Order: sequence, then structure tokens, then C-alpha cells
Amino acid sequence: MNKTSRFIASILVFGYAFLYVPLILVVVYSFNDSQIATVWGGFSTRWYGELFRNEQILDAISLSLRIAMTSATAATILGTMAGLAMARFGRFRGRTLFSGMLSSPMVMPEVITGLSLLLLFVTLQQLTGWPGQRGFATITIAHTTFSMAYVAVIVQSRLVAIDESLEEAAMDLGGRPFRVVLDITLPLIAPAMIAGWLLSFTLSLDDLVIASFVSGPGSTTLPMLIFSKVKLGVTPDINALASIIIALVSLGVALAWIIARRAVKST
Amino acid sequence: MSATAHKADTLWRQVTIAIPYLWLAVFFLAPFAIIFRISLADPQFAQPPYTNDVSANNFAFLLTDSLYVVTYYRSVILAATATILCLLLGFPMAYGIARAQPATRNLLLMLVVLPFWISFLLRVYAWMGLLNNYGTINSFLLWLGVIDQPLQLMYTDFAVFLGLVYTYIPFMILPLYASLERLNMDLVEAALDLGASRTGAFWDVTWPLARPGVIAGCLLVFIPAIGEYVIPVLLGGPESLLIGRVLFDEFFVNRDWPLASAVAVVLLLLLILPIVLLQRYTARDQEDAA
Repeated sequence: MNKTSRFIASILVFGYAFLYVPLILVVVYSFNDSQIATVWGGFSTRWYGELFRNEQILDAISLSLRIAMTSATAATILGTMAGLAMARFGRFRGRTLFSGMLSSPMVMPEVITGLSLLLLFVTLQQLTGWPGQRGFATITIAHTTFSMAYVAVIVQSRLVAIDESLEEAAMDLGGRPFRVVLDITLPLIAPAMIAGWLLSFTLSLDDLVIASFVSGPGSTTLPMLIFSKVKLGVTPDINALASIIIALVSLGVALAWIIARRAVKST
Repeated sequence: MSATAHKADTLWRQVTIAIPYLWLAVFFLAPFAIIFRISLADPQFAQPPYTNDVSANNFAFLLTDSLYVVTYYRSVILAATATILCLLLGFPMAYGIARAQPATRNLLLMLVVLPFWISFLLRVYAWMGLLNNYGTINSFLLWLGVIDQPLQLMYTDFAVFLGLVYTYIPFMILPLYASLERLNMDLVEAALDLGASRTGAFWDVTWPLARPGVIAGCLLVFIPAIGEYVIPVLLGGPESLLIGRVLFDEFFVNRDWPLASAVAVVLLLLLILPIVLLQRYTARDQEDAA
């Protein structure tokens, strides 16, 4: 091993330790019996029990899950349409504006997106009376808007990668464009749509800043609840909640990785 | 093809474009028009809390009040420093991943992406347990006897940098990996055979070819870092004034909607150049890949 590769190897070890040690410590401390989260007081699973008896947390989890499922589904439908338009419809009027609006939500600072959407909802309410109360609907709309951009990018790059000749052949054989999309294009881009849905779902569950702007009294999402608790310091029940999330995500990513590897090997 | 069928085809295309187009026009474009309009109004004690005036008062205030000027300046410097730190750690990591055996490479990449799927908030939270006065780092150092008083790590700029690098480094590694993976090692070998030094080969061959990834990665870290809210609130001290936090407080604590809107408009103006640059680079990258 020469000097350069030894340097690279040690940076890799350091980098991965940096990424994973904090997460591992959270999991370790979640089994800590002590009230003070960072002083070891023996092994215990009591914080997990307390987590599932805390109605505030359960309500927030249920609200966040409902918002995440609805917004991910809406974002997948809208984003797929947008991706199709960008990749397959050639030049159409207003295409430049469309592609700009499609890619900007991904890079916009959250505070700006949140503030601007709230001001829109307030203005709409003055003009039309809707939305009378901010909460589930307004948060779902906000999440749909930034997630659909990610879905569009994923779907568009998949469409660019697949050969257009299959669709052209179907059209030449007299297929109506609508049927061709349904029978040929959608099955081909289904993996991209699933990936987009999962990403949207995660982004929605993850969002704190935008939801804080566009939610109203009585609608507290899980990140909002966690944030209000951890602002005051480290608490054992949040350690337990974090550990559950870390375990679920690791399991999901590991599964996806194994499935992808099988798929590569079988081809 | 019959005329009615042709009409139906055109209609179907128009609907596919129109629905997402309208959605974005209403929920993305219109809000910016409103934020711009309200930034020109004056605050008042009523519902809604702004007047119908048009004036540049808020902008004049932002540009003359030293608090805001210092906050913008600090935010830019902090985001730039965090970006450089991400590059210093991310470049050798991306290089190492790109040069690993294919099987190891996939595993290493997955391990870079995995934290991204875990809640951002919880990843920042994880550092609170490490950095606080009775936290893991201080307990460990006290036990070793290196220090006899806990170090003040939490609520400092150091903690904010750690948080920023920790949460944003995947955004740096992934585009860097993409361009380094495409880099043909034969070119480096050729340069070395022709008598270039290792450093020379790096700066003359590797670096120019990696540059698109470097620029994309830096922009992907810099743009969100400049408006960051959660990290300075949880890890930074009370004096760690950053623009995202000031905007949030101006709106929720002082309830000055016009001023908060003006803060957002100025932040947006600061970011237009980096955002346009990023879009140009990603567009070019897609063309290269296609």
C-alpha cells in the first residue's frame, strides 16, 4: 500500500466514523435507565414503553404519516406528468418557465418556501375564505409542491435513459398516445415512480421548517413536536424514538440494497 | 388518423402539461409575487398585519441597520466555511469510494446515502448528546484526565460547523463521486509515465476532470446552508445570528410580516447567482450523461 492509498483509507475510516458514531450513541443511550440522558444508569427499555403511552407523540406520528402518504401520492402523480412533459413532449409554449419552476423548489431555502406559502394561504383566505384553518391540507399542499420536483427529475432521467423506439413502434402500429403511455411508458418508468414516491414520503416526514410556517394551532407534526422537546435539551424518550427511526430506515435501505444486488446479479 | 382522434391526442398532451403547470404557478410562482408585494408594505396592528402602501422602507432599513448587514455577512461566511470543510473531507472520501472494488464501492455509497433517509432533525439532535457539558465527548475527556473542567462545545460556532458538515456532506460526496467515477485512471497513469509528479498529475489531470462535481457539490451545500434554521437554533449560541433564524424570529416573534418578507427577498437575491449556476451545471451534466 503506498502513501496516497493509506491516506485515502484513513480518511474513509474517519469519515464513516464521523457519520455513524453519533447515530450509534443515540441508540446506545436509548437503553439507558437514567433520567439524565447522557449519564449511564443501567440497561432498560422503559423509554420505549413510555413512548408508546405518550398520546401527544402518537397523535403527531399519525398526522405526519397521513400527510406523508397523501403528499407523496399527489407528488408522484403531478411529478410523473411533469417528467413526461419535459422528456417526451418536445418544445411547448412556456417550457423554459416550466422547467425553471420545476427545479427551483429543490434548491430554495426552506425559510423562503415556508414564508411565501404561508403568505399565499393568508391571501387566499382573505379573498376566498379558503383555507379556513391551516393544518393537514395546507401542509400536504406545501409538501406536494417541493416533492413533485424530485419525482419529476427522477422520472425524467429514467425516460431519457430508456429507448423511445418502443413507444414509437406502438404509435406506428396505431396505438393512441394515451394508451401508449398507459401500456408501454408507465410500466417502464414504474421503478422511477416508486423511488420518487419513497423519496417524497421521506422528505415529507423530515420537514420541520415549512410545516412550522404553514400549519395552524392544533396541527403538530412529528418533527414539530420533536423540535419543541429537544430545544430544551436531550431527552431519553426522543432517544428511543430516534432509535426506532434509525432501525426502520437501516432495515429498509439494507433490503433495497440486497434486492438491487440480486437484480444486478441475475442480469 | 381522423380529425377527432387527433384532437383527443392534442388535448391529452395539453392536460398532462397544464395540471402540473397550474399547480406550480399557484403554489410556487404566486407565493413569490405575494412575498415581493408584502415586502414593500408597512406593518400595522391589524389582521392582516400589513398596510397597502408601496415603499422601499423595509429595504432601506435592512441595508442601513448594522444587525442585518452583519447577519447576512456572517451567514455567507459561515456557509462558505462549511462548504470548504465539506469539500476537504468529502473529496478524499469520494475519491476513495470511486477507486474501491465494485462490490465495496456499492456498500460504501449506500452508507453515504443512508443517513440522508434518517430524519435531518434527529441527526442534528444526535450531536447534542455528544457535545453537551455532560455529553459523551466531555465525559470521555474528563475520564482520560485530559481536562478537569468540561469544555464548552455546545452553543458555539464550532458546534454549528460540525452540524453543517455532518448533515450536508452527502450532498458533497455524491456529485464528486459521480465525476470521479467517470475519471479514467489511465490518464493519471499516462501523466505519471510522462514524468509528472503525483501532485502535478493531481492538479493537471484529476482536478480539472473533477471540477464539475466540485462545483455542483459546493453549490448543493452552500445554498441550503446559508438559510439554515435548525442547526443554529439547536447547536448555536444565542449570539449565533444567521439569516434563516432572523427571518423566522422576525415573523413569529416580532410579527413583522413586511420586514420578514424583505429579509426573504434579499436572501433570494443573494442566492440567484448560485442557483442559476447550479441549474446550468446540472443541465450540462445531464447532457453529458445522455
